[in-house]
Amino acid sequence: MSFTPDIRLFSCHYTSQQSCADQGAELRKLGFPENIRLNRVSCTGKLQVTTLLKAFEEGADAVYVVGCPVDACHNVKGSLRAAKRVEAVRQALGELGVEPERVAMYHLPRGLHPEFIDAGREMNERIGKLGPGPFRLNRQTESTLMGA
Amino acid sequence: MIIAERKPLAEIVDMVKGHDKILVLACRGCVTVCSAGGEREAAILASLIRLGLQKIGSSAEVIEGSLVRQCDKEYIDAIDRWQGQYDAILSTACGVGVNFIANLRPGDNVYPALNTTFFGGSAQQGIWSEQCAGCGDCVLHLTGGLCPVARCAKSLMNGPCGGSVDGRCEIDREVDCVWQLIYDRMGRLNRREELQTSVPIRDWSSAGHGGPRKQVRKDLTV
Ligand code: SF4
Ligand code: SF4
Repeated sequence: MSFTPDIRLFSCHYTSQQSCADQGAELRKLGFPENIRLNRVSCTGKLQVTTLLKAFEEGADAVYVVGCPVDACHNVKGSLRAAKRVEAVRQALGELGVEPERVAMYHLPRGLHPEFIDAGREMNERIGKLGPGPFRLNRQTESTLMGA
Repeated sequence: MIIAERKPLAEIVDMVKGHDKILVLACRGCVTVCSAGGEREAAILASLIRLGLQKIGSSAEVIEGSLVRQCDKEYIDAIDRWQGQYDAILSTACGVGVNFIANLRPGDNVYPALNTTFFGGSAQQGIWSEQCAGCGDCVLHLTGGLCPVARCAKSLMNGPCGGSVDGRCEIDREVDCVWQLIYDRMGRLNRREELQTSVPIRDWSSAGHGGPRKQVRKDLTV
């Protein structure tokens, strides 16, 4: 079955600077999947477990977080905290019998880097193969692309 | 404080799945401090229950609330404020809290979200360890402040046993032999000779072996 995954990305300002360039045109030009909704946060360390879960409650097929490299976080330990919260969600999904790969953490360098695009493509491909998630029924229609 | 940890989600979802309206009730006491059942954990759990129910093709209205403590009647009575909004309470307090709700709310379904594990403390962020077993007849004055009831696998009163090797317990080489710790500590305090005195056979009736325990303070009852 072919479907367009609903993927939510939470990324810090530093690792998602591409999204600012030409109001996202740069991202699209580089081939960033259009079905990934990007939510920029000041620091991924601010993300709560409930924020990630809420995305699933809204019907996301997958959620991922992009923060700074573990040893080079702009806010020292922000991306490390984010990684721990992502891991908590991973475990919880596993306990619920849902594929843990539906949530992921990436630590990427700051600024405009191809890895940011690659991570989006990788998630898209992975979730495309996994198929729709079990939480799609509650899907909300509004799009917050480039929001937050 | 009382240490607890969340039960496996599948077990929790299975408990509550027959209910239409679930109140996830946090406790702002011990379980908030040990990050198992405070308001933040209750919010996470409420979300996970909604997702878990959806996963099994079910659904329920899941709301969150919290009480200062769930081990006092005055706070339990405050559950009235959610009257009509739930047909089951999932308590994220320790077992005391769940019992208190069951004792004082005869008509309410109540379920435990946590496994209550021990009395302990945290010396390092994110790590808790057992320190006291609530035995009702404290012997810490004899042991330099280190508890042989909770921290010796055999609760020996005259330790260590023959299984103590290099300061570690025979049940697990990662576990300190508390009697070694007691011996070393009493030495540092120049009190090692106190350990020469054999502690008599203990009466364990104060430790719960004589049935549920109760404490009455006449000076405080009115
Ligand atoms: S109900 Fe349990 S967890 Fe809450 S304050 Fe009382 S003893 Fe502590
Ligand atoms: S001797 Fe009893 S009361 Fe004292 S710390 Fe140990 S278990 Fe607790």
